[in-house]
Amino acid sequence: MSLGNQFRTVARFFVGTAPRRFAAVSVLLALVSAIAPTKDLLSQWRHYQRLYVQLIRNRPDAARLKHRFKGGINQIWIPEQHVVDRCSTCHVALQEASLSDVRKQPFRPHPPMPHSLTEFGCVVCHHGQGAATTVEEAHYSTKAWEQPILPARYLESSCGQCHMDVLEGTPRLNQGRRLLARYGCAHCHAITQPDGTLVVPVDEPPSLEHVAEKTTREWIFAWIKNPQAYAASATMPNYRFSDQEAADIASFLVAQSTPSENSRKQLKNVAPSPGDDALQAGTSLYGTLFCSSCHAIQNAAGNLVGGDLAPELTRVGSKVNPDWLRRWLQTPQGYDPKTRMPRYRYDKKQIALLSSFLLSKKDDDFLANVHLPEPDQQSIARGKKLVGDYGCTACHRVNGVNPPESFAPDLSRIGSKPLFQVGFIRGMPETLPDYIAGKIRDPRAFGPALKMPTFSLTDVQVESLATALLAQTDRAVTMPPELVRSTAHAKYHPGGEPGRLMEDLRCQSCHIINGNGGDMAPDLTSEGSAVQRKWLLDFMNNPNTLRPMLIRRMPKFNLSDAEIKSLSDYMLTAYQASGFDSLALETSALNADAAARGKQLFYTKYACQSCHIVDGKKDKGYVGPTLAGVGDRLTPVWIYKWLKNPNTLSPGTLMPNPNLPDGEARDLTAFLVRLRAHPKGDKK
Amino acid sequence: MKRTATCSLVLILILSGCTRRQAAHPLPTPKAYGTLIVEVSGGKQIAGVGSKLPDPLVVQVNGADGNPVAGALVSFRCAGLVFNPPDALADSSGQVSVMVQLAGIPGSYQILAETPKSSGGTATVTSSEIALGYQQKLGKELSEKYCTVCHDPQSTPERVSNFDNLSPPAPHLFTDGNTLNPMSDADLIKIIADGGPALGKSPQTPAYRGTLTTAEIKAVVAYLRAIADPPYPVALGK
Repeated sequence: MSLGNQFRTVARFFVGTAPRRFAAVSVLLALVSAIAPTKDLLSQWRHYQRLYVQLIRNRPDAARLKHRFKGGINQIWIPEQHVVDRCSTCHVALQEASLSDVRKQPFRPHPPMPHSLTEFGCVVCHHGQGAATTVEEAHYSTKAWEQPILPARYLESSCGQCHMDVLEGTPRLNQGRRLLARYGCAHCHAITQPDGTLVVPVDEPPSLEHVAEKTTREWIFAWIKNPQAYAASATMPNYRFSDQEAADIASFLVAQSTPSENSRKQLKNVAPSPGDDALQAGTSLYGTLFCSSCHAIQNAAGNLVGGDLAPELTRVGSKVNPDWLRRWLQTPQGYDPKTRMPRYRYDKKQIALLSSFLLSKKDDDFLANVHLPEPDQQSIARGKKLVGDYGCTACHRVNGVNPPESFAPDLSRIGSKPLFQVGFIRGMPETLPDYIAGKIRDPRAFGPALKMPTFSLTDVQVESLATALLAQTDRAVTMPPELVRSTAHAKYHPGGEPGRLMEDLRCQSCHIINGNGGDMAPDLTSEGSAVQRKWLLDFMNNPNTLRPMLIRRMPKFNLSDAEIKSLSDYMLTAYQASGFDSLALETSALNADAAARGKQLFYTKYACQSCHIVDGKKDKGYVGPTLAGVGDRLTPVWIYKWLKNPNTLSPGTLMPNPNLPDGEARDLTAFLVRLRAHPKGDKK
Repeated sequence: MKRTATCSLVLILILSGCTRRQAAHPLPTPKAYGTLIVEVSGGKQIAGVGSKLPDPLVVQVNGADGNPVAGALVSFRCAGLVFNPPDALADSSGQVSVMVQLAGIPGSYQILAETPKSSGGTATVTSSEIALGYQQKLGKELSEKYCTVCHDPQSTPERVSNFDNLSPPAPHLFTDGNTLNPMSDADLIKIIADGGPALGKSPQTPAYRGTLTTAEIKAVVAYLRAIADPPYPVALGK
């Protein structure tokens, strides 16, 4: 009998008569309605919950764990954050600290974290699909669900969805955000952060409107071909231009150059003083003027020595025109009004020595093989087109080419970019973090016609940048506003005549004042309450370092007495902290007895000499500023308030808050105010 | 009969489509055999969970005569870690360099590098690498801001050490497991919060109670537990 005949016989048996048909349909119905309960019974989460019960059975605190274990689907629901997370259905032990030795997932307790599970749920940080109850759907990328679990190395990006402020626990995110601003990403890409502010670039691409005064066509060519060959620390990316393209751009840039304000000015009559003596004197002047606070030079061992606020000077002698350099040292703003370089009041001799030192910093090999044909009109026209096409003017000012508008894709929501919109390269892992990192590492790999250049970044920097970009999610935008920790982007600029002087000196390139400025030097917001007038006048005249440990130091500006007076008066009036009237401290309590007690406290109880020097002969502490002569420098009220709580006067200071009782703070103040640089007897 | 055959063929085809075949990982054939394997560099590195280690792990295979053996097969094993490449032949100087990506769970990972011996069996060497989670990372940042200037005698271009400027007793290195492992978490937290004198030690360690929160102090302790050498026995501390 064939298979078909057998089947027919069986079928006839079941549907032959009406009762049989009814019975068959009933049984079928019963089976069908059992499908759902069976599937539920065999579901993955029940499997894991059974395993968990087995896991805790033999542990010493089994009874407690069992009591806390809640079977069934567990869910964290936070409507205002759009969180419906069922992760704790399988990850049952997330809050069981006593299981910290368990490494087997899904039973590992959550490691310590800054938020509680019930506050934010899971997917706000980890991504993935919170509502899913199978391993596959919850963790991995499917067609319907494009947000797989975020790899652990990018996890800090999730903090960045709410926190625009700098957190100590997220070094990668912080580095990524610094790089976004430092490498000028935001010149081309608009990046609106979750608090509604735009990422503001902090690099300073120079104006090219007068570039022919500064350098040669050959140097521009070599620089465009490979910026890092000129300066290892250059942030300018490599556009991989052909020789022809680079030569055309160099021709155009030289052709469009107009005379700067500087070129019309009479150069102070300085003769470059040649000879080894001048070079040596220039080298030491470069050091004593603290140029290296901002500029770096590669030493013989190949290490960069100096700051990264301003261009590296290792081969500057191969780049700049000597006349341009002298004019620049005299008045940087006459060449580029927007430069962050202060206008130092260098005298003729200093300019001669500095320029002879800088011009000696050259590399004859750099331009040895660059031979360009004479530029013709076609070449210049091609160069102009390239400058426009590649968006050079997004960063640099160039005559005759306007800055491009919405030149590159907006990255405000890049962390939620749907995968179907992403063009992956064949063979790469098809995830968003891999795409973003890959695009930063080698943009042209995604298409030879793409314009985005290649940046000189390490793997760690790429990962950090990807971390910062992954924070730009859809979720971040829909977060309740009270959760978003914004940082104030203050636009403070000092006003009036002293304000113009402070602009001229570019004080805010290094100092923060009222929330605006660089972070290299101390915050000056409350400086007027802190220091004494006489000390301030002396310091501006000759800035001696207070912190022996620091490598970056305040340069000497050669200010005139009138300038110093104007600046000091302004700072002492405008930069006052609140609560600093003289009544805040009973000065009669600062007597000699109190000072003797204060000395004891200083040396014995609190061992302040571990970090601060009072007596240069025996104290060696190297962390905080020297306190020799502090009685001439700081006001007594400032010292007292500082000792009571340094963090309120300078948030983030290294000085730990010693939690001093009032009496001890007074005694220490009495001791410190008597530390005079030039003792003139004991003053009451 | 024909229909049955067609049905089963279709069924087989469908089922075979379901199985995901793993791409076979071809193990390189060793060209030579050594007797000893040693770590050259790249051990005891610290990185965030799931991150690549900054430097490669380098091991060297030596022969019975003590000379490096080129062409020996070296395999790296550690649960949860990703090695690139997981197996490789030693280069002309007998060395194999591997990039390591840490797992997602914080802690100390013991990497086993092994090479087959000609006599059978394998020679092995263990290197440990450290993965930092959120808490340890926070502790690392805070330590580097407040603590290492005195607790680390090494100076860097950005930070001159204050270690030599202190009067005795000298601060302990945070990696000094022999001293720090026997101390309880509570004692370490107390020293950081209330300063050295809280445990009868030097006042050169100031009190950080007014500067750091309890969670931050715990993070510092978690960090120095993570980098302790010899490693801190986790189970004993709980």
